Amino acid sequence: MPNKNPNAQTHYVAALEETPVETVDRLDESQKARSTWADAWDAMRVRPSFWISSALIFLIVIVALFPSLFAHVSPTSCDLGDSHGAPSDGHPLGYTRQGCDIYARIIFGTQASLTVGLLATILVTFTGIIVGALAGYYGGMLDSIVSRIGDIFFAVPTVLGAIVLMSVLPERTPVTIALVLSLFAWPQIARIMRGAVLSARNSDYVTASIALGVSKFKILLRHVVPNSIAPVIVIATVSLGTFIVAEATLSFLGIGLPPNVMSWGNDIDAAKSSLRTNPQVLLYPAAALSVTVLAFLMLGDVVRDALDPEARARR
Amino acid sequence: MLSGCASGESTPKAATGDTAAIISTNGSEPQNPLIPTNTTETGGGKITTSLFAGLVSYNAKGETENEVAKSIESDDAQNWTVTINDGWKFTDGEAVTASSFVDAWNFGAKFSNAQSASYFFDDIAGFSYDADSELTGLKVVDDKTFTVELASPEADWPLRLGYTAFMPLPSSAYADMAAFGENPIGNGPYMLAKKGAWEHEVKIDLVTNPDYDGVRKPVNGGLSIVFYASQDAAYADVQGGNLDVLDAVPDAAFASYESDFPDRFVNQPAAIFQGFNMPYYLEHWSGEEGKLRRAAISMSIDRKEITDVIFQGTRTPATDFTSPVIDGYSDSLKGADVLAYNPKEAKAKWAEADKIAPYTGTFDLAYNSDGGHAAWVDAVTNSIKNTLGIEAIGKPYPTFAAALDDRKGDKLTGGTRAGWQGDYPSLYNFLAPLYQTGAGSNYEDYSSPEFDKLIKDGAAASSVEAATKKYQEAQEVLLKDLPTIPLWYSNVTGVWSDKVDNVVFGWDSVPLYSNITKSE
Amino acid sequence: MLWYTGKRLLQMIPVFFGATLLIYFMVFSLPGDPIAALYGDRPPAPGVIEQIRAQYNLDKPFIVQYFIYIGNFFQGDLGTTYSGRPVSDVMAKAFPITARLALLALAIEAFFGILVGLIAGLRKGKFFDASALVVSLLLISVPTFVIGFVLQYVFAVKLGWARTTVSSEAPFNELLLPALVLASVSFAYIVRLTRASVSDNLNADFVRTATAKGLSRRRVVGVHVLRNSLVPVVTFLGVDLGSLMVGAIVTEGIFNINGVGGTVYKAIKLGEGPTVVSFIAVMVVIFVLANLLVDLLYAALDPRIRYAK
Repeated sequence: MPNKNPNAQTHYVAALEETPVETVDRLDESQKARSTWADAWDAMRVRPSFWISSALIFLIVIVALFPSLFAHVSPTSCDLGDSHGAPSDGHPLGYTRQGCDIYARIIFGTQASLTVGLLATILVTFTGIIVGALAGYYGGMLDSIVSRIGDIFFAVPTVLGAIVLMSVLPERTPVTIALVLSLFAWPQIARIMRGAVLSARNSDYVTASIALGVSKFKILLRHVVPNSIAPVIVIATVSLGTFIVAEATLSFLGIGLPPNVMSWGNDIDAAKSSLRTNPQVLLYPAAALSVTVLAFLMLGDVVRDALDPEARARR
Repeated sequence: MLSGCASGESTPKAATGDTAAIISTNGSEPQNPLIPTNTTETGGGKITTSLFAGLVSYNAKGETENEVAKSIESDDAQNWTVTINDGWKFTDGEAVTASSFVDAWNFGAKFSNAQSASYFFDDIAGFSYDADSELTGLKVVDDKTFTVELASPEADWPLRLGYTAFMPLPSSAYADMAAFGENPIGNGPYMLAKKGAWEHEVKIDLVTNPDYDGVRKPVNGGLSIVFYASQDAAYADVQGGNLDVLDAVPDAAFASYESDFPDRFVNQPAAIFQGFNMPYYLEHWSGEEGKLRRAAISMSIDRKEITDVIFQGTRTPATDFTSPVIDGYSDSLKGADVLAYNPKEAKAKWAEADKIAPYTGTFDLAYNSDGGHAAWVDAVTNSIKNTLGIEAIGKPYPTFAAALDDRKGDKLTGGTRAGWQGDYPSLYNFLAPLYQTGAGSNYEDYSSPEFDKLIKDGAAASSVEAATKKYQEAQEVLLKDLPTIPLWYSNVTGVWSDKVDNVVFGWDSVPLYSNITKSE
Repeated sequence: MLWYTGKRLLQMIPVFFGATLLIYFMVFSLPGDPIAALYGDRPPAPGVIEQIRAQYNLDKPFIVQYFIYIGNFFQGDLGTTYSGRPVSDVMAKAFPITARLALLALAIEAFFGILVGLIAGLRKGKFFDASALVVSLLLISVPTFVIGFVLQYVFAVKLGWARTTVSSEAPFNELLLPALVLASVSFAYIVRLTRASVSDNLNADFVRTATAKGLSRRRVVGVHVLRNSLVPVVTFLGVDLGSLMVGAIVTEGIFNINGVGGTVYKAIKLGEGPTVVSFIAVMVVIFVLANLLVDLLYAALDPRIRYAK
């Protein structure tokens, strides 16, 4: 039978290149585990895009943590007299419809937006990976139960779930927003992960590992997950941006962050009515969002390549 | 009297349009089957007023003109005699008689029929709020005459008779009211184009009623009222040539509609009052301290700037509690200076209140986020914050139901958005339902014996002029107490395509459809 | 395979009850009295609200309301909206339009997403790849209401190539513009997914083997690379179908489409239990079927995936 199995064979080959056969036979777990991540690190650090994206993310995080270092104007002192005002000294991007400084609002909005985007992405990705991996790998009853629970959660309209939960929660913070968003989004990543695991679990290297007497769970952790994670990383990095935008939708529905918490989402939503006459009010927060998503997309690409043994082996 | 900021109103030309042309306009899916006594929202309202003709109707200025009525007379403002004109009939051929009105009103008032407008009949003798009872005050004298006995005298009672609740119904309606509401049979300027002309969630098609011979005789062939979930879509449709007349410009187009539709727009005050209420159960907001704080808050809001910047002039700053289109409106009530922006005085009054009890915490203003209120709430709270130096923010609720629940349950933590669109053009309708002790819409439990007495005196006054005077005095009480902080009157903003002409808007923000001409 | 399919279809039963119970409970938990809110700023006479509440069974405990609904459901009665229309009528109008719109959007995002992703993956790091990245970023960062507004303004209002809003018949040509808007965000996902899979698979041994065997590049890419890259993309499309149907609230609003998203959104805001639950019950069936279809497609795309029993 012609080998149509990309991951399996090449992984096997790659492992051979890196690890003496005896080591595989002995199954020195500590060494193997170390090598996956060490290899990944070696692969990443030679890529310029890794350093560019990391620097960008570092900068964004610093802005989020210490906004007052970057903006000296208060983002909440707004005067209608300045509505849609042009850029001027100390106000490089001009003013919003309410007469607030656009630049200051973007800087001070970083924290909430990044928290929502990152936290929701992390929650969704981890839940999705765990659930999807277990469902795809063990199959049978477990798959049925977990997948159908996912179907039920996915069927709940986010608007409905968000209104109910937000009305129950005593406070609205970026953390609660992230929790609500992730509660109804994890089934998507779980499905993707499950699909990828289904491909990987019948691979030759899995069969080989089973023959070598490695426990099923260890095979899952060591071989199946790293070989299935690529599409999840792609989805996760794109989702980061859509979560930040989704926060705007929640604000629009009145179940987002309170109006005194600044966020890009709040600003993008507020810019809606200025769209015809003053589109710049919308473009600046959208640009901040783009840069953030770009940084994470680039990093995601590098990490994905690094975790993918074939791409790594080629370099 | 304010002249209004109407501009670009086209001078009425002779009707040169195609008398068969169908005018398309925006609307929204009616909340209920089209039964006049169960239609209290605007979506159904603009359809029922086109399908039915009542005793009177309102012209563009909000004045009543007799329609089916020949005369409505009374010597004591309590016992009225209504005579109706000959020749009126429903589109199924049935003649409009005194019983058409009396039976319809009895149906609307009956407790177990649970009609949303039932309270409009509560001043007619025999009305009951908790059991089925006949309106004994209504008596059919003959085919063309009936008498009405009110529970107490009301000089301006005839003013309300153009409201949808008071329309006549044909006798065929009562057998199956729900079915009637799907395919209503009326006596108005328009009628359904065919059975099933109401395409739910999409549109309703009306054509001219050939038998109609009242004051609203159409010069066009009919109406196609298209339902929109968003005014932005409707605006795009007028721009794209798919819609003739739009009666509500979306706020995203406030800055551009005048240039998008040169000479084909309108912007004039309408019978919509907007403000926000401060509940009396909150600490700091009652008694002498409350009065000072209410005045301080009111004077800290720059209404002119907000209506100019946020609304681009599509709101008119408030000077009373009614509307400039209502007869008896005034911009010079005693104490109206509390509605003018005055930061110095605002700070002084706030400081004075702080001496009684120091204010702590954040001032918040509740609103339902699905009504497009966020922008002005932010502007108002910013204005308060900038003037008084206190923290002030908006407090959005996800739905109207959620906001209403907290209002009804006395669970607010600050102010709440409040608004009122007049049912019929009268001062009474803007005051009694909102501020009278125990009134239906008086959620924040304002109670002033002085105000209540003036309203009662006004209602019982022998003439409309005398009533107006009492209602204005009542408003001067409100200006002192400020149960609501008046903000502005909403304007009607409309645009229309170049195919139509003679577009004039009524007091109720709805175009006078029958006057519109269209040429291809 | 048949056994597997049958088993999956049977699983619809617990999912149906689980989802309807959960969603009915959530609608029940919505803050506020839905009937009182119907009257806006002008409350009716005090007795009216109670009578209407009783008419819609809202005066009964939650679980009783749910079983009344389920009981009627199995007799073919889905209840009525608060305006008195049968929910089944509302569904019969909304679902066909939404199905057309969602399938069109799905086709657009699948075709263009896979095509652009494939080329970007083949020319990783080149100009085309960078342009695709910029477009994807734009679509992620610019919210749907902006994309919708701009496309509507340019193509319908200015150029007149399309109708500004969709008429009640909603033919395919009028749905093209809304479908483009609806597909825009998912397009970004599919481009990134396809690009990643393609570039991974390009390095795989089977591609080298195939190339070594002398197969043309077109065949190598078309058959071996693409086919092996499609598993995550197909999974995504399967999951996305649901979002396209229920999540089209903004797009439906812009183009005045009377579809599932807007109807469900309106019903949620009104607190109309029967409407929300009936729509979502149908959506659950669609989810389960779409996911089943995807799982069956896996087997065709990747011969390693087998459903034993």
